[in-house]
Amino acid sequence: MRYSLTSLITQTLSGHKGWKPQWRDAAPKDEYDIVIVGGGGHGLATAYYLAKEYGLNNIAVLEKSWIGSGNVGRNTTIIRSNYLLSGNIALYEFSLKLWERLEQDFNYNAMVSQRGVLNLFHSDGQRDAYARRGNMMLLNGADAELLDRDGVKKLYPFLNFDAARFPIQGGLLQRRGGTVRHDAVAWGFARGASERGVDVIQNCEVTGIDIVGGRVTGVTTTRGKIRAGKVGLAVAGSSSRVAALAGLRLPIESHVLQAFVSEGLKPVIPGVITFGAGHFYISQSDKGGLVFGGDIDGYNSYAQRGNMPVVEDVCEGGMALMPSIGRARMLRNWGGLVDMSMDGSPIIDRTDIDGLYLNAGWCYGGFKATPGSGFVFAHLLAKDAPHPAATALRFDRFRTGAILDEKGQGAQPNLH
Amino acid sequence: MRIPCPFCGPRDITEFAYHGDATLTRPAPGDAAMHDYVYLRDNPTGVHREHWYHSAGCHAWLTVTRNVSTHEIVGAEMAHKEAS
Ligand SMILES: Cc1cc2nc3c(=O)[nH]c(=O)nc-3n(C[C@H](O)[C@H](O)[C@H](O)COP(=O)(O)OP(=O)(O)OC[C@H]3O[C@@H](n4cnc5c(N)ncnc54)[C@H](O)[C@@H]3O)c2cc1C
Ligand SMILES: [Zn+2]
Repeated sequence: MRYSLTSLITQTLSGHKGWKPQWRDAAPKDEYDIVIVGGGGHGLATAYYLAKEYGLNNIAVLEKSWIGSGNVGRNTTIIRSNYLLSGNIALYEFSLKLWERLEQDFNYNAMVSQRGVLNLFHSDGQRDAYARRGNMMLLNGADAELLDRDGVKKLYPFLNFDAARFPIQGGLLQRRGGTVRHDAVAWGFARGASERGVDVIQNCEVTGIDIVGGRVTGVTTTRGKIRAGKVGLAVAGSSSRVAALAGLRLPIESHVLQAFVSEGLKPVIPGVITFGAGHFYISQSDKGGLVFGGDIDGYNSYAQRGNMPVVEDVCEGGMALMPSIGRARMLRNWGGLVDMSMDGSPIIDRTDIDGLYLNAGWCYGGFKATPGSGFVFAHLLAKDAPHPAATALRFDRFRTGAILDEKGQGAQPNLH
Repeated sequence: MRIPCPFCGPRDITEFAYHGDATLTRPAPGDAAMHDYVYLRDNPTGVHREHWYHSAGCHAWLTVTRNVSTHEIVGAEMAHKEAS
């Protein structure tokens, strides 16, 4: 069913009794041309674009739990393309352009809201670094504006401009950045893929990758063996575990990132703000909750929950940036399993095993990449060649030295 | 999480800096295995041996055994004891 004003009116008149499930809860077949492992945002987007852009539909997405149970439903929903390195901006800007017409493209309300992302700076050195980043963004076709203190004041008069330690000097604004309703992204892609013949299979965990003579022949799952011509891995925080099934070791550690939501408040923060002197960022959801977060906890973890020191650190950052937040109560917090790569950038590439492809290393920032990542991974799976927006995201870059180290911190996944 | 530092006793996690997988051995300079040592990790679930530095305490490097699926800390010893 196409969603439109007409379908809404028709359904309203018939008491909303005619809505159909949005996708088929498929059972696995014996064989597919392509099997995608992981029903998060990236896996579902990959299947959607394989069907829609590359005309392939004998495809299954295998999800060990329910779709959206991973990071696609746990993130703080921020989208942007304010990166420094061309190899990264290419992908994230491609993705941002897809977000801009995604809802029309997949006929689903994902509440894409380009409310602007503002990164504050608090020192001369930081301003210079942001000016450089803004210039790199402009050179690569993204939008960027450097605001001075008055410019920031016009947008957010309630910030703590004259804090003794971290006075706000200005900020780098990307107006096209913003937020998106994360669950709707998973649902919209699942629906769009399913409509085009893709089998979205839940409660189906991949427990083995079958390889014969250096070539993938299929996967073993909790619901039986499935033969496949090609297998694409898009399991985010579980990447090392699943790749190990094929004997691969990855340049990745799994860490925990926490997120927080306050009680619902009247509209106070129109856009997304990041604090430049600590680890804190915030936006306000359409329901009114303040959605905020900070740094990863910083140690290997598969627990999907974090510890108190980071809660304290995030709240201190919030108080330093906007003391008024101290009067809001925190309603809930949770953690997600993030795949921290050694240089802080993702991998979308072939592996040494024929027919096995890898999409991993998203760190704490892969939600914004969802449509772009799905599109370029679909391209790679369909054509066996990298999409022009993803040529730098190579698996072998750690060996060749062509790493994409945005922060210049080296091989320290707990610092990226 | 609290780490039982053999020198200082049980101390809050905020006193320590994390350095990751303690099971790796540094190869000789120029060795092709250097890439694997610097970049590749087993990244297992369950029990993990890892290095922590007691930066706000006795400045010792520790080898901590911790369950990364539950955050339970099983034990800690001086890293140099292990190395010798
Ligand atoms: C708290 C938090 C806040 C974040 N905030 C942002 C943000 O504001 N902006 C941003 O851009 N990014 C953000 N991120 C990062 C972003 O959410 C992730 O990088 C991105 O969602 C990862 O891709 P995915 O959606 O495909 O992952 P997931 O949704 O995690 O999908 C992977 C799926 O693979 C499944 N799986 C695992 N193993 C198997 C198996 N063996 N067999 C079958 N299925 C398997 C999992 O169950 C899971 O559903 C945040 C992350 C967290 C945790
Ligand atoms: Zn000590």
